[in-house]
Amino acid sequence: MSNEIQLWPFAVYTLSVFLIVAIMVILSHFLGQRHKEKETGEAYESGIMTTGTARLRISPQFYVIAMFFLIFDLEAVFIITWAIAFKEVGWVGYLGILVFIGILLVVLLYEWRIGALDYAVSGKKIVKKFKQLNKEVI
Amino acid sequence: MNPIVQNLLIVFGVLFGALTMAAGLIWIERRMLGLWQDRYGPNRVGPFGIFQVIADMIKIFFKEDWIPPFADRTIFTVAPAIVVATVLLGFAIVPVAPNVFVVDFNIGILFFLATSSIGVYSLVLGGWSSNNKYSLLGALRGTAQMISYEVFMGLSLMGVVMMTGSFSLHSIVEAQQGMWFVVPQIVGFVIFIIAALAETHRLPFDIPEAESELIAGYHSEYSGMKFGMFFVGEYLGITLISALTVTLFLGGWLGPSFLPPFAWFSLKTLVVILFIVLLRAALPRPRYDQLLSYGWKVLLPLSLLNILVTGAVILATG
Repeated sequence: MSNEIQLWPFAVYTLSVFLIVAIMVILSHFLGQRHKEKETGEAYESGIMTTGTARLRISPQFYVIAMFFLIFDLEAVFIITWAIAFKEVGWVGYLGILVFIGILLVVLLYEWRIGALDYAVSGKKIVKKFKQLNKEVI
Repeated sequence: MNPIVQNLLIVFGVLFGALTMAAGLIWIERRMLGLWQDRYGPNRVGPFGIFQVIADMIKIFFKEDWIPPFADRTIFTVAPAIVVATVLLGFAIVPVAPNVFVVDFNIGILFFLATSSIGVYSLVLGGWSSNNKYSLLGALRGTAQMISYEVFMGLSLMGVVMMTGSFSLHSIVEAQQGMWFVVPQIVGFVIFIIAALAETHRLPFDIPEAESELIAGYHSEYSGMKFGMFFVGEYLGITLISALTVTLFLGGWLGPSFLPPFAWFSLKTLVVILFIVLLRAALPRPRYDQLLSYGWKVLLPLSLLNILVTGAVILATG
């Protein structure tokens, strides 16, 4: 196989994909029925009257996950570049990536220990605390 | 044949094949679920209910294209288009047979990872712009789940890349002449399947749209064809990850020569799809925090160790 990649089929493909998606959106816009009743404009929340807006504050746990993603995806970039060239760099490169992944595993262990990877309160911990409190009262 | 005509045929063939497979998959899944749950499934429209998909498609095009007055109109409309477009673009790199592919990027795997990451936007924007609390919850969960599992998905594929020495899917299939990568890379294979299922938020990991908790999650407010696009996007996603599993781990088009390469590829893809449907029929949905903890605490260390062991073994054996 030649090293030259033919790009124009991909361009045609991309254009057709966008075209299909656009047709799907636009066609249903014109084909669909329209009706307006008293409750049409209400948000669907299982039949309960909506109160307030849905622009709520987001729990900090989600920001923690986003940070982990940044840390480990950046790490993945380094591992990917090593993985493609690891035969050329040999054992020296392997040693390097070993240290690198070792540090990351330590970071992961640290996050694990401080409880950053627990996304909900553990039932066991609650029971333990409850028993402890009971003893103190008695 | 004229190479330009041939290329155009391949381009539209892949596009048509992907869309047909996604539509057909809706019928296959409902029939198979019916079989495994001891009931019929759709059996009225046409022989064995096979035209059910066409009936649904006609119906969904004529449904009201409702945009909630409280929603963010532009983003609300764009969101479902993103998922269909990105997944379809992912099909461009899948080699169906030795000479049948839209484009053979030398960064094939990275291209797939990139398109699947952009797919997250559809979920985030759709859930946020709906301005509905259930949608927002679904979108938040979905984002957390997808960006978590993206990391392991990328890392689980590195074993395959190391054994091949290339990101190109064409070279990866050719490197499996001696042995399919599923044997030496069994850990990577299992992690990839789990991560890919979480990435397409497919059952049992359909936590962003868990019906019993969140109505329909991030697409609660969607109706008509916009909902249909999320739906088609999901089925296209299943087809794509099955095709990629076959390409990366199960030898792609390789097989005994009594069947043409294309037939081997389709057959293997169908088997993987049926396996994914069986997973839906067999497994309950895990709790949200369990899924995330499982990923970070089990899959991430495992995929890192897999890379280290693979590297050591290859370097030691030369």
